Amino acid sequence: MSQLALREFHSFQAAGKDFVYLVPSAAVFELDDSSAAVINRLRAGNVSREDLARQLSALFPATEVDETISELLRVRAIGEIGVPEKKAPKVMPPENFPLTTMVLNVTNQCNLSCTYCYEYGEDKIVDTENGKKPKFMSEETARESVDFMLREAGANKVAHLTFFGGETLMNFPVLKSAMSYARQRAAETGKQVDFSLTTNATLLRPEIIEFLAENRVGVTISIDGPKEMQDQFRVFSNGKGSYDIVAPKIKELLKRHRSRPIGARVTLTSQTLDIRKIYKHLTEEIGFWDVGFAPVTTSPSTKYAIAESGFDAMLEQFRALAADFLEAALENRHHGFSNVKDTLEEIHKGVSKAYPCGAGLGLMGVSTDGDVALCHRFAGSDAHKLGTVRDGIDRLVQIGFLEKHHIDDKTDCSQCWARPLCSGGCYHEAHTRYGETARPNLHYCEWIRGWTDTCLKIYAELSVSNPKYLEQFDEKVDYEASPVS
Amino acid sequence: MKHLRSVNSKAKRVARAADPRNDVVALQGPPTPAAAPHIPLGCTLIFSPGWEADHNGGTAGLCTPVERDIFDCHEGCFWPAQVPDQLNHAPDWTAKCASAQKDWRKIDLVFP
Repeated sequence: MSQLALREFHSFQAAGKDFVYLVPSAAVFELDDSSAAVINRLRAGNVSREDLARQLSALFPATEVDETISELLRVRAIGEIGVPEKKAPKVMPPENFPLTTMVLNVTNQCNLSCTYCYEYGEDKIVDTENGKKPKFMSEETARESVDFMLREAGANKVAHLTFFGGETLMNFPVLKSAMSYARQRAAETGKQVDFSLTTNATLLRPEIIEFLAENRVGVTISIDGPKEMQDQFRVFSNGKGSYDIVAPKIKELLKRHRSRPIGARVTLTSQTLDIRKIYKHLTEEIGFWDVGFAPVTTSPSTKYAIAESGFDAMLEQFRALAADFLEAALENRHHGFSNVKDTLEEIHKGVSKAYPCGAGLGLMGVSTDGDVALCHRFAGSDAHKLGTVRDGIDRLVQIGFLEKHHIDDKTDCSQCWARPLCSGGCYHEAHTRYGETARPNLHYCEWIRGWTDTCLKIYAELSVSNPKYLEQFDEKVDYEASPVS
Repeated sequence: MKHLRSVNSKAKRVARAADPRNDVVALQGPPTPAAAPHIPLGCTLIFSPGWEADHNGGTAGLCTPVERDIFDCHEGCFWPAQVPDQLNHAPDWTAKCASAQKDWRKIDLVFP
């Protein structure tokens, strides 16, 4: 007689109820008493269908247990031993996948000298000082990039153009001309272009702010928190901190630019690890709409790297701020902790990723000379080049990359329940840590699982106590958010 | 689903796909009892008006010609044709015949 066994899922509790997050389907189900009892019994060991019904007969009628088993079998939360699991085949993205977001590195120069910078610090990939790449993108290359973007957008009606650096605003003239050219070409080709940029805010001037507001340019500001934290790493080349320069400029921007929400993007280091304090400062004192946090990308030897114990501390702090988020969401109030919101949206849709992000697929980065790379973090790197804006994408290189980086080829991830959302993590992080983009980021697995568990609990709690809140995630089809890091 | 509540959108899709009523091609579970009798194409288990047309009046699914029908003669349904025992005695009998309609001439005789 065939025996039943548990299949792959992560179970958790929220709002006093039991839930499962099924892997790899990424479906979230709430269990009733009988299904929770079946799963609990199977945790103790495999058992046949008949024995299971008999063992639970004191609690539930046999027909109910039988019905429950059938349902759990159908959604593949449990399975029969000896019956091979139906493995989903390795599905590759369709050919000529449309480009959703192009990140244009209009310059690789920066007026700050942030210690931890992946572009200038110890971990840089491209020689931005003496390398062969031009330091500023020319108007012509920017125009060619726009043409490339609209061509590669395929049937998509909207293309996202994100300006990036270096410090983006050091090449404001090219940004401006690229935008007007993109508008004109988009109108001619019946498309729309959505603009955004990331900046360190040092070069914001009234006329630039005016321009950004008028043109509805989405703005993300890189800032690390209150003065003592911002000035620790985000410094000018003479070592002077940038807080006093940027704070008034950001306030000015937030006052004038009301057409789109403006977010802050924080790099966390071992020395600036106080998330609640940073969040409170950036939202309440500066006035940002939302704040996203990411640990610094670096080799583990640097003193600002977040070590293993630091990840635990970070998780605790993320959880504390996430609790505030939940409290707000239960009362339908806005809370700007964007890490939670982004994850909730992915949980809601049930994304099960073949790749950690859209890099090399729906998102590409363009370097100052028009080389197309996986993403903005690899822009200018010959080893991570996918083509040029003039000659287009080298499809063979792209397919080779996608074949190699598919989740099915990451053996380390094959037993992890968080892989539908994580899929091995950032290629650039892996490259910096291990020198290999295809390696999963094993140094933060515990952190990812801990954080995913927290977000699942928040999601489940909301689904019970305030399901209306989750409806905001229903109809959005824009899977490629603008990169902010 | 009575014992599982679909929480996210993916769960709703999984539940829909896992509903046996939607299992039209019987890929998920054991076959459900067919509601209607199975009527094999290319054979006449029921009264047939003749070789000119099948019982629906069509001609596409008729038994003839032989290359269309040959595999039905020893697998799908009964037809009084003398074909080798492909399960035991002559497993490679049709090895050269990748497509019956094209390659049926390549099927050779079988000797005991």
